[in-house]
Amino acid sequence: MKVARILTVVVALFSVVLFTGHSVSAQTVKVGFISTYSGAGAPQGDQLDKGFKLFMKLNGDKLPPGVKVETIVRDDTGPNPETAKRIAQELIVRDKVQFITGVLWTPNAAAIAPLTAEAKIPFISANAAGVAIPYASPYFARVSFTLWQACYPLGQWSAKKFKRVYTAVSDFAPGHEAEEAFTKAFKEGGGEIVGAVRIPLANPDFVPYMQRVKDAKPDAVFSFIPAGKQATAIMKAYGDLGLDKAGIKFIGPGDLTTDDELQGMGDVALGVITAHHYSAAGDRPANKAFVAAYKKEYGEKLFPGFFVVGAYDAMELVFHVIRELKGKIDPDRAMEVIKQYKNPSSPRGPIAIDPETRDIVQNEYLREVRRVGGVLANVEIETLATALKDPWKQLHPKK
Amino acid sequence: MDALLSSLVSIAFHGVAYGMVLYVISVGLSVTMGLMGFVNLAHGVFAMAGGYILTSSLGRFALPFPVAVGLAFLLVAIGSMALERGLYRHFYGAGELEQVLFTIGLIFMAVAIAQLVFGTLQQPVALPPWLKGQFPLLGRDFPAYRVFLIVVSGAMIAALWFGVERTLWGAMVRAAVDNRAMAQSIGINTRQLFALTFALGSGLAGLGGALGAEIIAVQPTYPFEHLIYFLTVVSVGGLGSLRGPFVAALFIGVSDTACKYWLPQFGAFFIYAATIAILLWRPTGLFGTRV
Repeated sequence: MKVARILTVVVALFSVVLFTGHSVSAQTVKVGFISTYSGAGAPQGDQLDKGFKLFMKLNGDKLPPGVKVETIVRDDTGPNPETAKRIAQELIVRDKVQFITGVLWTPNAAAIAPLTAEAKIPFISANAAGVAIPYASPYFARVSFTLWQACYPLGQWSAKKFKRVYTAVSDFAPGHEAEEAFTKAFKEGGGEIVGAVRIPLANPDFVPYMQRVKDAKPDAVFSFIPAGKQATAIMKAYGDLGLDKAGIKFIGPGDLTTDDELQGMGDVALGVITAHHYSAAGDRPANKAFVAAYKKEYGEKLFPGFFVVGAYDAMELVFHVIRELKGKIDPDRAMEVIKQYKNPSSPRGPIAIDPETRDIVQNEYLREVRRVGGVLANVEIETLATALKDPWKQLHPKK
Repeated sequence: MDALLSSLVSIAFHGVAYGMVLYVISVGLSVTMGLMGFVNLAHGVFAMAGGYILTSSLGRFALPFPVAVGLAFLLVAIGSMALERGLYRHFYGAGELEQVLFTIGLIFMAVAIAQLVFGTLQQPVALPPWLKGQFPLLGRDFPAYRVFLIVVSGAMIAALWFGVERTLWGAMVRAAVDNRAMAQSIGINTRQLFALTFALGSGLAGLGGALGAEIIAVQPTYPFEHLIYFLTVVSVGGLGSLRGPFVAALFIGVSDTACKYWLPQFGAFFIYAATIAILLWRPTGLFGTRV
């Protein structure tokens, strides 16, 4: 009996020594990565995943000695806030992650953000762009973009180029944000919105809408339609009805012509003017290296779109914090590091986190779809804005 | 006045063109469901297959457009014969629920296979130059592709109507549908007849998917996304008639286009509201003889 008790104490002591010794020599940081691997959103989720995996392959070992990173990947199945909330909860409570990142969809990020405020887990959005999410949690930061960031400067630029613009956007939250941002900047610059139409998300035929636009004879039509078959269909309607020949320009945020889907759109996309923070055709050295690494990993014919860059830069930020804190993650210190973050050589150019709003600060480029070396590309023709903070938050500061 | 006239011409033209697209993708279903009485919800699978055959033969094998369209019809018709012999014929006598479950299952399998083979992105359609751009007529420009669609669909409905209403084959099909036992007893080979009719219906679906590929994007969820349009056209038109779906497709095409043009804020609802109203008024559809 006595022997047994002594033995227990010895074993207990021994294991304590072993355990602390272990934690000194190898600090493991757990990172939860949420993307969409099933359902209709899987193609975009796959892009996010490719950015994440590319980062891990190229930079997964750039850590202080003795620090390890363990990534835990989860599928949110699409724009599905209930599922997203449940898997985020599992990541926090069961897997005890110290960071959450990834997340394609705004409703999902909005469902996760309050949890991260409660559990004090730094949450870095690699894509979800809903403009107000940072206000939902002090532990939220974003490396992707907001639609205001693209559409507001595009509106300012358009006011100098065009007098009359028609807006045609998809009838869901991002479409409304794009419309509001563009309209505000364009009107402030003295432009006139001659008509505005919101198009249902499930819509097989865009010709009636485009005919309506054509008959209003604007100088340009501003549009936000999710990339892929819908955006392709509206561009086809634009071309079929000869709006280009009638002198009406097609403009919008870069979501219209994502680099991966551009090839499938074909020549209808030629000449479309977009504003965005990332193009695979950008000629910065960091981007050239990034695109080359992507092609080497996934195939010569593929192009990284803004989803890939979002996930890549999100992981870059997570690793930056881990390096700064030498693997000992304290949520409040982590947020301090995140707020001071600056990266002069992201593939999209210099980026930073705005310490006030924890949102991304980045350049916006004006691009035109052109044929370069046999493939379609979003060629950057000028820089619309440098080190641009989210304009919406400048207009709507948190009280 | 001039502006009103001009917009009326636009709406009539685009509405008819859209109606023709609806008709070409649904006509095959009006053959299998209307003539054979089989609830083939997997109709869109055949249309999608036609679309993939078209985009691959244009893109990968650089075949001329008419050959690609012909191939879409032939290959889908032949493939569907195998399906009919192997699977469908076991369900001719089954209840509607069995038919619905069986064909929904087929859709799921087809979606997964299409995703595996072609990926999730939509397929680009490499149209020949003569189908691109505008076609000038009476001082106005009309999109060439839509003019082509209207002409081809017009020819198709004429041929189909002639075949069913005026030929011996048509008479045999109608006889076999109305009373299969009696048709057999007077010496009609209904087994062969149904296999051929089914192949025709599916081939037409493939043709529709191919012709409409430029407007209705070819990608794996095609059979689900457009099911509602096939069913709307066939149910508003009425079962057991060929002219019904044609009139229904034209009606939906023109009124949907007009509504989107003049009242875009209500554009999304109109097609459904009209369907409900028509079915309340005539539960068998515009020209239907049975529910």
